[in-house]
Amino acid sequence: MTMGWIKTTFHKAGSPRWFFAGSRRWVIGLYVVGALLIVAGSTWGLGFVPPERLQGNSVRILFIHAPAAHLAEAIYVAIAIAGFVFLVWRMKMADMLIQAAAPIGLVVTVVALATGIIWGIPTWGTGWVWDARTVSTLLLAFLFFGLVALREAIGRPDRASRAVALLALVGVVNIPIIKYSVDWFATLHQPPSIEIGKKPAIAAVFLWPLAINVLGFYCFVAGVVIAALRARIVEREAGAQWVRDWVMKS
Amino acid sequence: MRLFLTQFRRDLLIAIRSRSDAANPLVFFVLATLLLGLGAATELTPGVIWVLALFANVLAVEGVFRRDHDDGTLEQLLIHAQPLFPAVMGKLAAHWALSGLPVAVLSPVAAMMLVGTTTGAGVLMMTLCIGTLALTLLGAIGSALTVATGRGGLLVAILVLPFYVPVLIFGAGASTAAMLGEPVAFQLLALSALLAGCLTAAPFAVGKALAISQEY
Repeated sequence: MTMGWIKTTFHKAGSPRWFFAGSRRWVIGLYVVGALLIVAGSTWGLGFVPPERLQGNSVRILFIHAPAAHLAEAIYVAIAIAGFVFLVWRMKMADMLIQAAAPIGLVVTVVALATGIIWGIPTWGTGWVWDARTVSTLLLAFLFFGLVALREAIGRPDRASRAVALLALVGVVNIPIIKYSVDWFATLHQPPSIEIGKKPAIAAVFLWPLAINVLGFYCFVAGVVIAALRARIVEREAGAQWVRDWVMKS
Repeated sequence: MRLFLTQFRRDLLIAIRSRSDAANPLVFFVLATLLLGLGAATELTPGVIWVLALFANVLAVEGVFRRDHDDGTLEQLLIHAQPLFPAVMGKLAAHWALSGLPVAVLSPVAAMMLVGTTTGAGVLMMTLCIGTLALTLLGAIGSALTVATGRGGLLVAILVLPFYVPVLIFGAGASTAAMLGEPVAFQLLALSALLAGCLTAAPFAVGKALAISQEY
């Protein structure tokens, strides 16, 4: 019974028309929920959390930095899964998702890097260190950039789609390898403070606003990605009758 | 195996007969060594030689499928070579024999010029042998993806350089450790593991990328 439901949803989500019709409510909902959470989490984190014992007030930037860094990787994994789906089942929607999400991923990665540098200057005494997670985040930015650049370079859309999907898939195999190699190379970045199944090594006062912001970032960026996806759908399906009807109506 | 050897011999012959193509990566490597020596004007670490070899590699690997794509041979290869794996391997092996291998062989000279010592040059040569082969396999994926666009160049470099990072870290790490007389076994093993991974996985990705670019 449940399997049937999943299958139907899968097939429906593969149809640009169905997705376009149903996703408007989602975009608005995710924007509202995401914005509320980010405002709540940031106000709490920036205004009401006590300064950290060692880092002082600079700890507050982590309420932006950590969610962005986390989200950047999640977006890449989502893109890679979409790449797999596209190569195996040739689902147009998966390809449009890659196209929509890659530039957004690049922006989120840059946000994570920029906030990291701003945080690093007072705390580490330097904006840049050659450690595992800074380097792999920078490389992640290049991977996102590569996905965008490759699609631009290949003129024919069908060929570009498959090439980009393959590149995304190759990239996801490499991410853990890159990460472990740089990890071995040098590490100054603190080990992850929050791990599933372990007691967080971070005080509860910091954990709550951080969790709210992580959730808020996820919702908001999911809304942005879906909105970008809708734009792609209209662009690609411009010749279809239902798009013309929709344009006429609105 | 026969497919591998045929392809290997063919590509090697073509490259050798068009002499400049075969020598280009090596000449670039020597020139870059010269420029770096003049520009830096100070003693460097063997890691720098690794970076030079890496750049020589990415410049060379960009064109590995170009000629075959232009004259249609690549399409024929995709049609007749089944499985594609040995043919791709033969092609890349021939390419490596004329780009990575000479660079590795000449690296002790570069070490003498830039680092000022040949201590650990054997390890440097060995890591470059292993490493440039892995780099060629990785770089060929980017090259195959862009071969039909007619504008590889910088794009290939941007696509594949992030993937080169692990190889560079272990290769350069081992070379520097060897120069300082430290143990290198761990880095060498890690580098070999990377090569083993590339050998088994990369040719499939290259084959798939070629199929996409030739629309099969």
